[in-house]
Amino acid sequence: MNVLNFVNAFFSDSAHWHGYDGIPQRLLEHVQYSLLALALAAAIGLPVGLLTGHTGRGGNALAFIATAARALPSFGLLVLIVIVMGFGLLPVMIPLVVLAVPPILVTTYEAVRTVDPSPVDAARGMGMHESRILFQVELPVALPLILSGLRSAAIQIVSTATIAAYVSLGGLGRYIVDGLYQRDYEKVVGGATLVAVLALVTLALFWVAGRVAVSPGVRRR
Amino acid sequence: MNGFFDIPSDLQHSYAGLIGLHLREALLPVLAGLLLALPLAQLCVRFRWLYPPVLGATTILYAVPSLAFFVVLIDYTGQTELTVMIPLAVYSLVVLLPAIVDGVRSVPQETLAAATAMGFGPVRRYVQVQLPIAVPAIIAGLRVATVSSISLVSVGTLIGNQGALGNLLADAQKYDRPELAVNSVITTAVLAIACDALLVLLRVALTPWMPNGTRRRPKTSVRQPLPAPQDVTR
Repeated sequence: MNVLNFVNAFFSDSAHWHGYDGIPQRLLEHVQYSLLALALAAAIGLPVGLLTGHTGRGGNALAFIATAARALPSFGLLVLIVIVMGFGLLPVMIPLVVLAVPPILVTTYEAVRTVDPSPVDAARGMGMHESRILFQVELPVALPLILSGLRSAAIQIVSTATIAAYVSLGGLGRYIVDGLYQRDYEKVVGGATLVAVLALVTLALFWVAGRVAVSPGVRRR
Repeated sequence: MNGFFDIPSDLQHSYAGLIGLHLREALLPVLAGLLLALPLAQLCVRFRWLYPPVLGATTILYAVPSLAFFVVLIDYTGQTELTVMIPLAVYSLVVLLPAIVDGVRSVPQETLAAATAMGFGPVRRYVQVQLPIAVPAIIAGLRVATVSSISLVSVGTLIGNQGALGNLLADAQKYDRPELAVNSVITTAVLAIACDALLVLLRVALTPWMPNGTRRRPKTSVRQPLPAPQDVTR
């Protein structure tokens, strides 16, 4: 396996392990960008999704947003915004957040809306306040689906942040983009491996989060 | 904006040529994914124990970022269209598989029993009963796969100008002509919406028993497969 040799060579070269272009530094950058983008997207998507899902209103508008967001090419949007706004963190954050909000928003809406109405009615009959119904009844039941929306968004952010290296963002994508220009295939494949591993770790983290956070009663169904 | 449709000559394509190239690079993988997903889904329906591990494996494949996928393939298939199309086919397969399995599984037992009672063999029952009833679910999967595929082709720009309309993005930077990037984004989005609309029409044509008013319907039968399909751009 040719590729495995390249990967091995990349990781055993000690020059790749320190400095501003070292693996720890690039990994840290990538994680920082991703977490920031995910936090911003969740801060927008979750409250709106919970609220619209609870009231059951705005479904058509959300469906439209989802379709429009799906049709937008992420890479094109990234390059376009950077060309228009110039280099920097903000021009890259905007497309990352714009692309991550719809999956969170739409899945949260769908998750809360499709909660079995009988426990919700029971809670209302017991005199629970609407906000308590949302957070103590609907949210726990909808949590698995909400987490899957967050997971989709997180994985998308990790991959798009890789592509963002093309428009000067740091992070693991640097290895791929720089390596391609320098005709250093070892670096390219090493970077690709790191990105893939990071995406899989993200997947695993959400699996663990689901195990920990979702109540056993909900999980059993 | 002048020069909006002036495609730089280094791309060696006209505007229409780029669109054709883009559609080919995006749609062939979806077709390949569909052709692979149909038998695989049938296996998963037949042997229930097979489905969870297959689903797990495809979820993991889907998480691998497109750029990483592309560059690892360069070693085998070079900086060619094929390198772009293989990952897209894999992503399509991943989106389509659960859609088809859920669709085929959702066929009611009575319907299957009726088909069997009418003397349908397993193959004929699959082709004439199960598949048509699963059409709405399959098309819902196809819509997600197609739109994401169209959007992802652009990333091919990074591996030696294999991105069709995405190559305009590189040229926009090279020649300092932002209008080319605007052109690329708008054209790609319009292509995606057009293909999406065509698939909706296809569903209406293929399922004459469903009311044509496309409103309200999605709630019952055309449910989007919920777990992963929203992360279509990477």
